[in-house]
Amino acid sequence: MKQWSKGIAFGAMALILAGCAGKSGTATDDEFGSESGSAGGALSWPDDEGGADGSAMPIGDDRASVVMNDRIVYFAYDSAELDDGSIEILKQHGRYLADNPGETVRLEGHADERGSREYNIGLGERRAVAVQSMLLIHGAAPEQLVTVSYGEERPASLGTGDEVWALNRRVELAYAR
Amino acid sequence: MRGMVLRRLLLLVLTWLVSGGALAELKIEITRGQGEAVPIAVVPFGWTGDGAAPYDIAGVVANDLARSGRFQPIPERDMLQKPTTGAAIDFADWRILDTQVIVVGQILPVGADSFTLEFRVFDVFRGEQLLGFRMPSERDQLRATAHRISDMIFEKLTGIPGVAATRIAYVNVVGDPRQPVYRLVVADADGENARVMLESLQPIMSPAWSPDGRNLAYVSFENGGSQVFVQSLRSGARKRVSARRGINSAPSWSPDGKRLALTLSRGDGNLDVYTLEIATQVLTRLTDWPSIETEPNWSADGEQVYFTSDRTGGPQIYKIPAAGGRPERVTFEGSYNARPRVSPDGKRMVVVHNDRGNYRIAVVDLERAYLQILTDGNLDESPSFAPNGQVIIYAAREGARGVLSLVSVDGRVAQRVAATDGEVREPAWSPFPVN
Repeated sequence: MKQWSKGIAFGAMALILAGCAGKSGTATDDEFGSESGSAGGALSWPDDEGGADGSAMPIGDDRASVVMNDRIVYFAYDSAELDDGSIEILKQHGRYLADNPGETVRLEGHADERGSREYNIGLGERRAVAVQSMLLIHGAAPEQLVTVSYGEERPASLGTGDEVWALNRRVELAYAR
Repeated sequence: MRGMVLRRLLLLVLTWLVSGGALAELKIEITRGQGEAVPIAVVPFGWTGDGAAPYDIAGVVANDLARSGRFQPIPERDMLQKPTTGAAIDFADWRILDTQVIVVGQILPVGADSFTLEFRVFDVFRGEQLLGFRMPSERDQLRATAHRISDMIFEKLTGIPGVAATRIAYVNVVGDPRQPVYRLVVADADGENARVMLESLQPIMSPAWSPDGRNLAYVSFENGGSQVFVQSLRSGARKRVSARRGINSAPSWSPDGKRLALTLSRGDGNLDVYTLEIATQVLTRLTDWPSIETEPNWSADGEQVYFTSDRTGGPQIYKIPAAGGRPERVTFEGSYNARPRVSPDGKRMVVVHNDRGNYRIAVVDLERAYLQILTDGNLDESPSFAPNGQVIIYAAREGARGVLSLVSVDGRVAQRVAATDGEVREPAWSPFPVN
């Protein structure tokens, strides 16, 4: 009897795991293109000089590269202020959402590990709302956006110290598909 | 549909865990300040039945008394004699050891699984009995009975109720840190007897005891965002009490157990403190500021709700009448004071305080508005008062791992609680058991 319920338990766990796996779509991997975020570079086709047997090159999604590559914006300590770089990124996302009304995105706010956990939930939410406002300004519709705050509960970078904290004070844009 | 199936499976997991899941336990060691502890001898209890004694009562009692920080049990190997009755004590032997108090007792068989325990406590210097009791106990209650004996001794000797028979709830995070498993655990105050109340792949936060000790309120992200649940300790049955749009977080019970103070963002991203009558779901807004208002905690008399607000920039503690009214700022020292927990007597409050870049636990005297830093970590958080108001349990960082620590309210005695598995955080100390 106990063995049986144990089996169910692990089965359920696996299912839940599978359910979560698709969520952390923060496509910062290099395979999508250069760090600069320009549409050229690694995404260009190999030209004729490779000949017919030229090896195949991986290509990224053909949506705007910023939308594909830059899905995280970062914040200063105890701040929800967006810097110029983040505003530029969010402008692209806002326009993309305006052009693609079928897309929805979940704005996941996070804080670093310092201080109290529930207050950090507040900081994460404040950051998610700042991103939401910027996306609305640039054309996204309210029904395309939902905010959630994880506070310090889901760090992107493990460990401790200034560099780790800087990576964890963030909002992730998680597109639904 | 898929969500429903998942939820059902998750509940199956719970049922299994609640019914059979023992797990890695906590180990407590004293790290600071035993200097003024009273030497006490807890002599191994006699056993008048056949075979080995059914339980090491004296071992549990000695441990409990040591953990209080006020007593230093003498090791068994130093005992020159091992009396089990008052008549058998040779007080001169114990005076040589500088023992001030001696506890003797025995376990008497009644039935196969039932016993009578008796114990006596003596002042060694005067040779006088201070306390003596005889009590029945079933086999599976022997450990609990030992904790009760500890509390009776502690209260007799200090005038303060003991907390050995209370419990702690905490969040235990295990497994691969990239895909951790979150557990809500309830254990005895000595870390033993740990039981999993809930296990989830999404964060669990902010456990809070109901005043009768029968239910826990907590935050679970199992449905995608933060929602507040109340779960019965006895049956494991749980009820979702707040799943409003946006954030549902930071539950705290009113002293009459009928309401929760909690934080909601109601979809506009502005966190404010509300009260929720659990039975009727009647919601009352307490704060209405554009800043972050969160971490409510009800005062012991039920009149005030303390909370964190960053309306002036950094977080500070405020209070507001629970019936609604004007908020009043409570903390002024330093740039960061958050997560208030008011002491059971209402005279003090513990907070997370930023001490030159280090997050530490501080106690605030509410009458004199005096703040004293109690701990020396750099990422200390989540303080919770023991129900006798003498000790505070909190979460600390040890390397990359979260551990629990204890500190006496005067800062003199500190102890570390290490989990044998994963990290532990957000401890919440139970109220006294209701008899």
